[in-house]
Amino acid sequence: MSQEEIQLKLKELQTLAIKSNVDIGSELNRLSEKLSGSRLSPDDIWKKVEMARHSDRPTTLELIAAMADDFIELKGDRCYGDDPAMVGGIARIAGKPITFIGHQKGRNLKENIKRNYGWAHPEGYRKALRLALQAEKFNRPIVTFIDTAGAYPGLESELRGIGEAIARNLKEFSMLKVPVICFIIGEGGSGGALGIGVGNEVFMLENTMYSVISPEGFASILLRDASKTKEAAHLLKITPPDLLGFGIVDGIIPEPIGGAQSDHPTTAANIKQQILDSLSRLSAKSPEQLVRDRMNRLMGMGRFLDESAPKPGFFQRLFGIKS
Amino acid sequence: MGIGDLFQGLFGAKKHGGNNLAPIEVNVKDERSLVGQKHSCSSCHQQLEEGILETNAFVCPHCGHHYRVTAQERLKLICDTGTFQEFYSDVLSTNAIGFPGYDAKLMEAQKSSGSNEAVITGLGEVGGRKVVFAVMTFKFMGGSMGSVVGEKIARAVLLGAENRQPVILFTTSGGARMQEGIFSLMQMAKTSAAIAQLDAAGVPLLVVLTDPTYGGVTASFAMLGDVIIAEPGAMVGFAGPRVIEGTMRQKLPDGFQTAEFLMEKGFIDAVVPRSDMKRVLGLLLDTNLPNKARIRL
Repeated sequence: MSQEEIQLKLKELQTLAIKSNVDIGSELNRLSEKLSGSRLSPDDIWKKVEMARHSDRPTTLELIAAMADDFIELKGDRCYGDDPAMVGGIARIAGKPITFIGHQKGRNLKENIKRNYGWAHPEGYRKALRLALQAEKFNRPIVTFIDTAGAYPGLESELRGIGEAIARNLKEFSMLKVPVICFIIGEGGSGGALGIGVGNEVFMLENTMYSVISPEGFASILLRDASKTKEAAHLLKITPPDLLGFGIVDGIIPEPIGGAQSDHPTTAANIKQQILDSLSRLSAKSPEQLVRDRMNRLMGMGRFLDESAPKPGFFQRLFGIKS
Repeated sequence: MGIGDLFQGLFGAKKHGGNNLAPIEVNVKDERSLVGQKHSCSSCHQQLEEGILETNAFVCPHCGHHYRVTAQERLKLICDTGTFQEFYSDVLSTNAIGFPGYDAKLMEAQKSSGSNEAVITGLGEVGGRKVVFAVMTFKFMGGSMGSVVGEKIARAVLLGAENRQPVILFTTSGGARMQEGIFSLMQMAKTSAAIAQLDAAGVPLLVVLTDPTYGGVTASFAMLGDVIIAEPGAMVGFAGPRVIEGTMRQKLPDGFQTAEFLMEKGFIDAVVPRSDMKRVLGLLLDTNLPNKARIRL
């Protein structure tokens, strides 16, 4: 059996465990983490980073166009302006209305100047929140596409309160009474990614990354050598198998041979399939259950030792601590 | 570029040499190392009598410069004597992503700071009013937010919702704790979600921003208070000034990212000097009582 097949089998087991309410998820996560950890070399990891940033990868608007029957883009934050680095609107997917929100990168220099290379300003995050609350009002599920190096770290961003804008999104998205499904379709860069990344289910495309800091930043700050980007990417554990193992994401969407950039229609079809699968599961839940599930997911994020934990056995298994 | 990169604006940024006009970052150790002896104020350079800072809440009596204080010192200034009960001190950091040297770094931080983490949480009283506290300390790894900081703050906030007791958060942080990788990022979502529950329960959250508050902390709980106040001169922002000036090659306006600047731009309610902090918090606690009409979550 190849590594991929083992991974698939593990994923199946995980789903089965969730469905049948057996608590072996954490054990399986550990297994899958072990497998993936041994699989990717620093060079492989760096290849993923390069693929995640590839300029020919399908963008948010291209993916929506490829999978929707119908789409209208909705603009503006009703406060300051419209941010071309963050897009959103309503689409019908297999007849179902869905609100899409996502970072938008450009394909060439001209487009990238317009889109600010996918670095959104506060008005982008406020537009995202406006569209999310609108979706909630009309009981429409939300799908987000994450593809940014980060929120724009510039003067204008600070003047208009980028911290407040992201913070508010994190708080409000956690309470949305409709299904929220997030996809990392390229770069998942820090708070700028998380600002539209709080969902009931989070998926990563096969050749993407999700990190608290860019490997470049990590190399220059913590490794004190800007050239050690490969080592940084390796140490940071930012690839889809790492994040699946950590329980931060729920699944990995396979990309066509040669990567997402080589075949946009197949990439879009794979994402669409996951959206429909997730929705069939999530739509069956009550609004209260959706919020509760999302809350539980968020509250469970983190790894630490708890000396006063009521069930030490549980923590030992979860974190591999020896008593 | 991300939350972690923002550290550069505070501590590093060597690669953007020649940018020495950025606000000077003085760490606690340097600025406070002479306290107790006769020395000059690090801000106005006037002579300070021996022991004068300790009796003046670590504020320069000449220029009003607010020296950074630790969480323990902060609690002594705000909390009624003998009322503070620490909770969740058993929640300790682990090397979640197996980052080389992190365990040693944690031990070193525990030794040098006298705290076991970058936040202290517990229950105390302010003028007889019961309050849940979460107080950060910059001395512990730059107040960086990892799994433990996130967990303790989330627990404190949820305790407030559960007990229907107001929550006061004192922030100081360089941002996310990069050594914990993606887990540190997720603490932004976790703390914000806990605050959403406190909000739904109709229980007040008072945030006090102290110098410095940056990165992932600014982009989460620091900006989510029902009332947000700051100490005079506190530096607060998302990206550090050197990142903006250096990487983005933008000139920054005078007083950029100071508490006073943030107030002018509409992001905080008030700038309150340390000497008046306890009175103001008391007033806010009296006028923002938990809303009985809200259903407990």
